[in-house]
Amino acid sequence: MQFDQLLQYSLSGLSTGAIYALIGIGFSIIYNATGIINFAQGEFVMLGGMFTLLFLETFKLPLWAAIPCAIAASTVAGMLFERLAIRPLRQPTPINLVIITIGGSILIRGLSMLAWGKDTHAIPPFSGDDPISIAGATILPQHLWILAITILIVFVNRFYFYHTISGKAMRACSYNRRAAGLVGIDVRRMVLFSFIISSAMGAVAGIIVAPLTMTAYDVGVMLGLKGFCAAIIGGMSSGMATVVGGLLLGVLESLGAGLISSGYKDAIAFIILLLILFIRPQGLFGKAESERV
Amino acid sequence: MLRLKNINTYYGKVHALKNVSLHLSEGEIVTLIGANGAGKTTILNTISGVTPATAGEILFNKQPVTACAPDQIVKLGISQVPEGRQVFKPLSVEDNLELGAYLRYRNRESRAAIHQDVQKVYQLFPRLEERRKQLAGTMSGGEQQMLAIGRALMANPRLLLLDEPSMGLAPLVVQEIFRVLEQLRRENGTTILLVEQNAKAALKLADRGYVLETGKVILEGPAAELMENAEVKRAYLGKDKKEIWER
Ligand SMILES: Nc1ncnc2c1ncn2[C@@H]1O[C@H](COP(=O)(O)OP(=O)(O)OP(=O)(O)O)[C@@H](O)[C@H]1O
Ligand SMILES: [Mg+2]
Repeated sequence: MQFDQLLQYSLSGLSTGAIYALIGIGFSIIYNATGIINFAQGEFVMLGGMFTLLFLETFKLPLWAAIPCAIAASTVAGMLFERLAIRPLRQPTPINLVIITIGGSILIRGLSMLAWGKDTHAIPPFSGDDPISIAGATILPQHLWILAITILIVFVNRFYFYHTISGKAMRACSYNRRAAGLVGIDVRRMVLFSFIISSAMGAVAGIIVAPLTMTAYDVGVMLGLKGFCAAIIGGMSSGMATVVGGLLLGVLESLGAGLISSGYKDAIAFIILLLILFIRPQGLFGKAESERV
Repeated sequence: MLRLKNINTYYGKVHALKNVSLHLSEGEIVTLIGANGAGKTTILNTISGVTPATAGEILFNKQPVTACAPDQIVKLGISQVPEGRQVFKPLSVEDNLELGAYLRYRNRESRAAIHQDVQKVYQLFPRLEERRKQLAGTMSGGEQQMLAIGRALMANPRLLLLDEPSMGLAPLVVQEIFRVLEQLRRENGTTILLVEQNAKAALKLADRGYVLETGKVILEGPAAELMENAEVKRAYLGKDKKEIWER
């Protein structure tokens, strides 16, 4: 085992981990605002990639224009999902919500398969694919894009939750719904907001990873699960803890695949998920309830 | 200013309010007393739109507000200081106050005006200013109560609903809080509906009172009269029990 090999696995692990982190934050934002685990989260990741493809190939837009259009389209899908599936629920019990989000995810996946078929598709990298070498390891420009965009989003997210009235209102909803209603915060509006932010973030994750992994109607299942795992490691925090959770998962997965066997790659996420749920259900860094955002 | 006409509220099958009628005039302090489970909190929540009435009518400044959602009620000028304070514990004192003005931010009111009102709250409760960066959940019960009141005031209410603000607080702190309520009425003309189990202190502050028992108003009248009422003395002014018995 050599240092440069370790470095290689870690670096690629970090960039897939960043993707898991973004998806995980999406899970957490909705969970904190509503108490819902949105099992359809992965489908918005898939939609990001597939819509990019649509705008690139069907509408012949250049990549820089196709990406914002795809984010917008996925966000609209997220809004519709909240409006049509979540809000009309007469009795939003946890089990009903689980069923409706799982049902929603199957529906979205099915529609995508009808629209785009079962093939996997490639999206061009944002700035070429000439490898860059760092201390004996090589990475692609797309890896740097992923890391940079993730860092940017994490900061914007932090700014939103800590320095804008709307973000603070969303935190207030997660800490005390009743009191939030009493100061005049329309809780249902905040729920819609949380779906908007999460689907946009999911779409971004799906778009920036697509040039590396290709995209297809069913990529949301596995990516959603990995994102969920990151959120669980982070104790459903929509901040740094989930980012660390995602990076940790990405690196462990990559090391496991590289050092043991690539067949174990997906199993690692499941094992971590189960371990955390059994041993530390409040997350790796959790101080139980209170400060989640 | 506020009038409840034959209000009935249910929790599922539990009939919590039975034909409750009451009214407040502009600038009045009215107290609502009653034992545990009498329905005091339910009245406030029915007014605030949290547990809407199934029958009856609520008028605020002569307009029906019976079916309004909580945020509409706040917008109309009715703020509630909920039972058990319910501050946003992981947020700072200042953030809590800011959120009290949430609707004013949404209405694009100037930040300067809102900031000025934060300063006014600090004048009422200087202790909050000392702690403006502290997380609300780490403060004492009295300070959290002050914050809950300050947060409600940030919406610029014309009518303030308070649910047992004295609960669990030392007599000195209760005094300070009641003094502020008095001051609010005097300086801003704020109308106040005060729910209390501490009947003695509440009747001393209030102009009028209502006594609630198992979801029904059983007595009403000027505070001074209620204080002399034998039934009220027996049931709610605990300390006087012995006096009555000795007579
Ligand atoms: N969420 C609820 N579900 C079912 N019943 C409820 C609920 N909240 C209150 N009740 C019932 O309604 C009645 C009135 O309750 P309420 O909380 O209004 O009383 P209260 O006068 O505020 O009492 P306390 O002094 O203890 O605060 C009680 O019998 C209570 O058990
Ligand atoms: Mg009560």
